[in-house]
Amino acid sequence: MTQDRIIYGIFFLVITAIGFAVENYYYLQLLTIIGINTLLALALNMLMGYAGQISLGHAAFYGIGAYTTAILTVHYNINPWMALPCALFLAVLVAVIVGLPTLKLTGYYLGMGTLGFGMIVHILFREWSSLTGGASGFVGIPPLEIGPISFFPARNYFYLVWFTVLISFVFCKRLIKSRMGRALRAIHDSENAAKAVGINTRNMKLEIFVFSAALSALSGFFYAHMISFISPESFSFLVSVKIVTMVVIGGMASIWGSLLGASLLTMLPEWLHSFSDFEMVVYGLILMLVMIITPQGLTRGILDIYERSRTTKNKP
Amino acid sequence: MTQELLQYLFSGITNGAIYAVIAVGFSMLYSSTELINFAHGEFVMLGAMGLVTLWAGFGLPLPLAFVLTVFGVACVGFLFERTAIRTVRKPDHIVLIIITVGASIFLRGLGMLIWGKDAHSVPAFSGHPPVDIAGAKLLPQSIWIVLIALFCALMLHLFFRKTLTGKAMEATAINKKAAWLTGIPSEKMILLAFFFSTGMGAVAGIIIAPITMCSYDMGTMLGLKGFCAAMLGGLGSLWGSILGGLLLGIMESFGVGLFSSSLKDAIAFLLLLLILYVRPGGIIMAKDTKRF
Repeated sequence: MTQDRIIYGIFFLVITAIGFAVENYYYLQLLTIIGINTLLALALNMLMGYAGQISLGHAAFYGIGAYTTAILTVHYNINPWMALPCALFLAVLVAVIVGLPTLKLTGYYLGMGTLGFGMIVHILFREWSSLTGGASGFVGIPPLEIGPISFFPARNYFYLVWFTVLISFVFCKRLIKSRMGRALRAIHDSENAAKAVGINTRNMKLEIFVFSAALSALSGFFYAHMISFISPESFSFLVSVKIVTMVVIGGMASIWGSLLGASLLTMLPEWLHSFSDFEMVVYGLILMLVMIITPQGLTRGILDIYERSRTTKNKP
Repeated sequence: MTQELLQYLFSGITNGAIYAVIAVGFSMLYSSTELINFAHGEFVMLGAMGLVTLWAGFGLPLPLAFVLTVFGVACVGFLFERTAIRTVRKPDHIVLIIITVGASIFLRGLGMLIWGKDAHSVPAFSGHPPVDIAGAKLLPQSIWIVLIALFCALMLHLFFRKTLTGKAMEATAINKKAAWLTGIPSEKMILLAFFFSTGMGAVAGIIIAPITMCSYDMGTMLGLKGFCAAMLGGLGSLWGSILGGLLLGIMESFGVGLFSSSLKDAIAFLLLLLILYVRPGGIIMAKDTKRF
């Protein structure tokens, strides 16, 4: 516990220092997007890494968060901070309705069920144009502010997002160490065994699914108010896959892995811009290579390589 | 009214036959390797683009271009298995999903590099005028599509029922280790499954090429739809996949015709959810028989 506190303290200091040190608007914005993606990866990691339930449709919840706040603030002139609970509530509601039948499925079938759900929500965003602006998107989402503090300047928004990330990290870590966290890991290892020792696996899976959906919606909320423009393409199947990739590349069942995965996958396209037309080819190649070489994700993989090199060195 | 309904039916069957061919490719790979290949749609794209180059571009005769394209794409599938799938140290579901997604992005990027971002088109296989049936128009290309799809299905059926290699493949699909113990080179059989599956993808791409615009990003949606079709009929079953494909095509066409065109893409996924909730094994599949 004390060790955790020291790590959080260091994390806090690092965030504060980066916020002070970075002047460049572009970098601040990039870092904020990394924060938003970290929230997303964390949300899915709770579901996938700890409870072992794959979701290929998480962009739907991300999108529900973004579109709810966009519609309420622009069409109905509601204060964004009032729109936030509505967005979270809607995400929770949808998660319960979808989760009840879907979470009965396992393995590939669960992946496919969530995929179908994600596609349907994406199509809704695209086709319900009277409400969502259709394929061309939704403009003019107002920036956030609390009293006199505006979060329009990139630095303020950076702090807002990253302190939310810090709080979520603390919360998730505590959750994992709680009774519920242990139950979730039991479900991951064997659902039947978990059932046999008296865990209500159905409710447990639903609860973590709902939690994960709400956290995704929160990051959608941040995304919408930061970019102030959203379009269906930001919540498509490929985005769902990208979130899964962040979790797996960073490392399943690792909170700091979510941070690593989100950072890498957000920055990778920025680096690849210099390849212009070769961007997609290189991106695909990197994805495949990382998975082939370190299938447990980079956090675990790098540790393994380090340990192996140490043991071979110690051998006579 | 009957004329319109008939027209919907024709276009539904045409699209359905294409979904069916894609679904068969999915199913076949799934039954022998338990792998869902998210790059399958990209092989469909490669098939269509291959035809664009060989037939429309180089002016080869159609049958030759057809065979060369299928063979070429199947070789890409072969390479894919060798380089990306076989080399995985820990073949976990989720790891394999991401690898195939990576492959799909890679192939799409490659398609963009080779054929550019513009859409291409090819003429229909034969220049006959449309056939008139009770007022509804039936395009000759539709007949080609359905015939080729049926021919492929029949050939696969005979292959799995009548030849030794087919039976060896089926044995590998049922139990890889047991098949290996009886002397079947199961690794080779899996390779063969990749070869056939991606070849079927190419066939789907070739037959769809004349009735759509071919571009480097055409594969994703087709792949997902084919996948829905496979789930609908029964993942891992040949005739189930065909049935699922046709059903999906017809439902889609009637949905678009009778309700709204904005529904088009949603129908496949609504059906997918429905079948998953009601009967996860697919329409014609009993729970434990999940083989060709």
